[in-house]
Amino acid sequence: MADTSFTPAGSGINWGKIALRWMLYVMLGLFALFYLMPLFVMVTTSIKSLEEIRTGDLISLPREVTFDAWRTAWSGACTGIQCEGVRPYFWNSVLIAIPGVALSTLIGAMNGYVVAQWRFRGANLIFSLMLFGCFIPFQVVLLPMARVLGIMGMAGTIPGLIFVHVIYGLGFTTLFFRNYYVSISPELTKAAKVDGAGFFRIFWSIFLPLSLPIIVVTVIWQFTQIWNDFLFGVSFSQAGTQPVTVALNNIVNSTTGVKEYNVDMAAAIIAALPTLLVYVIAGKYFVRGLTAGSVKG
Amino acid sequence: MFKWLEENTPKLVLAPSFIAVLIFVYGFIAWTAWVSLTRSRLLPKYDIVGTIQYERLFSSPRWDTAFSNLFVFGFLFIVIAMILGLILAILLDQNIRTEGALRTIYLYPMALSMIVTGTAWKWILNPGLGLEAMVRGWGFEDFTFDWLVNPDMAIYTIVLAAIWQSSGFVMALFLAGLRSVDEEVIKAAQVDGIPTWRVYTAIIIPSMAPIFLSAFIVLSHLAIKSFDLVIALTGGGPGYATDLPATYMYAMAFSRGDIGQAASSAMVMMLVVFTIVVPYLYSELRSKDG
Repeated sequence: MADTSFTPAGSGINWGKIALRWMLYVMLGLFALFYLMPLFVMVTTSIKSLEEIRTGDLISLPREVTFDAWRTAWSGACTGIQCEGVRPYFWNSVLIAIPGVALSTLIGAMNGYVVAQWRFRGANLIFSLMLFGCFIPFQVVLLPMARVLGIMGMAGTIPGLIFVHVIYGLGFTTLFFRNYYVSISPELTKAAKVDGAGFFRIFWSIFLPLSLPIIVVTVIWQFTQIWNDFLFGVSFSQAGTQPVTVALNNIVNSTTGVKEYNVDMAAAIIAALPTLLVYVIAGKYFVRGLTAGSVKG
Repeated sequence: MFKWLEENTPKLVLAPSFIAVLIFVYGFIAWTAWVSLTRSRLLPKYDIVGTIQYERLFSSPRWDTAFSNLFVFGFLFIVIAMILGLILAILLDQNIRTEGALRTIYLYPMALSMIVTGTAWKWILNPGLGLEAMVRGWGFEDFTFDWLVNPDMAIYTIVLAAIWQSSGFVMALFLAGLRSVDEEVIKAAQVDGIPTWRVYTAIIIPSMAPIFLSAFIVLSHLAIKSFDLVIALTGGGPGYATDLPATYMYAMAFSRGDIGQAASSAMVMMLVVFTIVVPYLYSELRSKDG
């Protein structure tokens, strides 16, 4: 589109156009610097010694690379009174995210299949009610949820956090699968029914094999949501069951001792690595989930 | 029996989720609404006494700060993220050879936890060793950039970090929108000799109205829910200069032990969300049925 209209019909090299093109790339490059700068600063800070951080400046490269901060962040940094680094909390996050993602994706797939292909009276209303659930600010459910988790004996436990993530993830996972299955012709289901296949059989042999892309989108979406969650984590966990985001915040804001910025940065990168990795490996699906969550239909 | 089971399988499959949503979304909202009308403090009470909590809320200077911060933050965040996202999308739409790589760079912050974003920017913006110290080190001794610890400016650091995190996402939305505009129309306009910037302002951007709307909805939703970023970046401070309704609610619920205030502030948050989201969802669902 750019190669048009700036050219007065004519001869030779068009300097105006070349200059414009250069400007375009310079602007894009500057924007890229803006987005990359914090990551760069985090990485370089995490491999500097405290001494160098105090004397050097923010964006200078380390004169001497050390991984001490990483070691401390992983297994020695203090979150309040405990000093075990982020390692135990990292595994808490894994233990929360894996079942949370699996369950909410599975239930969402079944729900989406029903809403899209087995419409019954009221199914649309149920779907709309679930959809509204995606948009509530979670503050409105925090207090009663804290009490209910207590009553169920799951307050401050990892199963409790999994439960919360599954419940409040259902709206989106159902939406993803519903929108995907709606584009599959209902004739397919009808024909299979005529051939004597039942509800689960049709799902298992017809819909599931077609679902790989939407499963990937949903898994990535849910994983990012659950891994990056802080609100539920900080509200419904206790010492020992906290997810990594909560531990990171505690490390950064712990007031005891010397402020170790390099350890803070290393811990932040560790907390960010899993979702960053997913993004780098499956960026296309990540973006698709983001846009599917906002532009429906 | 077997036949009944077979006929009702779809309903039985959907039922648990439906019940869960009824209880954990709608029932819980009702509970919070109820408690917001009581004198609950440390423990919930269930005798309705009227709007006393809302009166307390709106006469509290802390809530006043939090609520007006929401509008300052929300407005700047949404407007700037949209403009920046649109600019990035248009720039990237010019047959850029490295588009894929640039897109990845612009969008990666969206994969990070707000806590990570907050931690990074807190370090960059800290006056003692961050940007300020760096520029001073270059010889500009009088350079001051103390927004993070300045009660009047701290809210803008939240705006900055939130834009850094989310503008790439707006770019992705707009880029998809730009690419979905009918090529024929654009070609026809170009054949007629209409300059590129006019093609954008007169044809492409107006045809993306629905995308502006969804971007607006998503961003305002993000703004109202902003909690982690404030906690990680400023902790609501200095003082409570950067409190938002979400942090106010959390403080009342979990550190002040004032359930009545927590419930009423949560209800106000929900009202704000609903005035934005309900008309949108309503029109979306209608247009789909119709």
